[in-house]
Amino acid sequence: MNDFVQLWVYLSTTPLFGLTATLVTYVLATTAYDRLIRAPWANPVLWSVLCIGGVLLATDTPYPTYFAGAQFVHVLLGPAVVALGWPLWQRRFELKRRWVAITGAAVAGGIAAGGSAVALAWAFDMPTEVVRSLASKSVTAPVAMGIAERVGGVPALAAVFAVITGLVGAMSGKYLFDWLGITSWAVRGFALGTAAHGIGAARALQVHTDAGAYAGIALGVQVLLSSILIPLFFRWFA
Amino acid sequence: MIALRGLAILLLLQIAGEGLIRVLGLPFPGPVVGLVLLLIALRWAWLREPVAAIAEMLLTHLSLLFIPVGVGVITHLGLVSQFGWQLLLVIVLSTWTGLAVTALVFRRLLRSSDLPNETS
Repeated sequence: MNDFVQLWVYLSTTPLFGLTATLVTYVLATTAYDRLIRAPWANPVLWSVLCIGGVLLATDTPYPTYFAGAQFVHVLLGPAVVALGWPLWQRRFELKRRWVAITGAAVAGGIAAGGSAVALAWAFDMPTEVVRSLASKSVTAPVAMGIAERVGGVPALAAVFAVITGLVGAMSGKYLFDWLGITSWAVRGFALGTAAHGIGAARALQVHTDAGAYAGIALGVQVLLSSILIPLFFRWFA
Repeated sequence: MIALRGLAILLLLQIAGEGLIRVLGLPFPGPVVGLVLLLIALRWAWLREPVAAIAEMLLTHLSLLFIPVGVGVITHLGLVSQFGWQLLLVIVLSTWTGLAVTALVFRRLLRSSDLPNETS
């Protein structure tokens, strides 16, 4: 038993721990998700975060210790955002043909998501930096962090809000679309990519190829639009 | 190897993006400028195969990349316990608003142009 504790103490202080914990938990969570026929509530990001977070809290392991290893996964978010250019380029003719619908819906949806979050948070009298960190919640985490930094929010909070937003969208989108009578896979995917960024898009991709394709377009368009519009908004009004 | 070549290209574009932002004082995150540079760079056909390989790999496992920041919620437990249910309410309601508005506007705008028959 004592040996085990010593091994744990040693392992939990090396970067190996954070990296291994992230990958192993994700692989297990994804396998379970597939077994459960990809039920929305079985979302692998949610369960991975809960399991790893729970273990860290239970063992009193500080987050920076975990992040020392997890950062090797985290840095890939940058190239992943650059890679969003690929689905945009692949569907450039589609984009050209439907640019009015695509930019119109992306701008409307982005303003609706960010605006309602800021308004509600303001109504609840939350601290200014929390309100400002909520503005970019529908943008994929790494970009949300960049935007939050520019508009006076807290990057780490913005990232967490973005992840929760993505989870909420991925887990409840199906029911909301069914209720609204949205049957087109293209439209469902596009909405998920716009309002629930990467996590919503990942869900769309798992459900249907058309949904995934449009989610990919929405994700890239949303990243471009919100990086321009959110800082402009705060410069003018706040 | 082909995917590694793609990753090298994406990283170079991201660094170029970060560099441009600092030199020109642009108000955008670095990877976003990298994305725009990639759209321009894809004119060169030889870039396409490696970029496609790594983009498919990264974008299929996009969920994995969110776990490290997601776990970061444990560093904000104070805020969570203070504003927990209000924060959750704000996020849930605004996400639904965003999803609904996007879907309804997109459907309306597609219908007024040419909608292919892609109902489920």
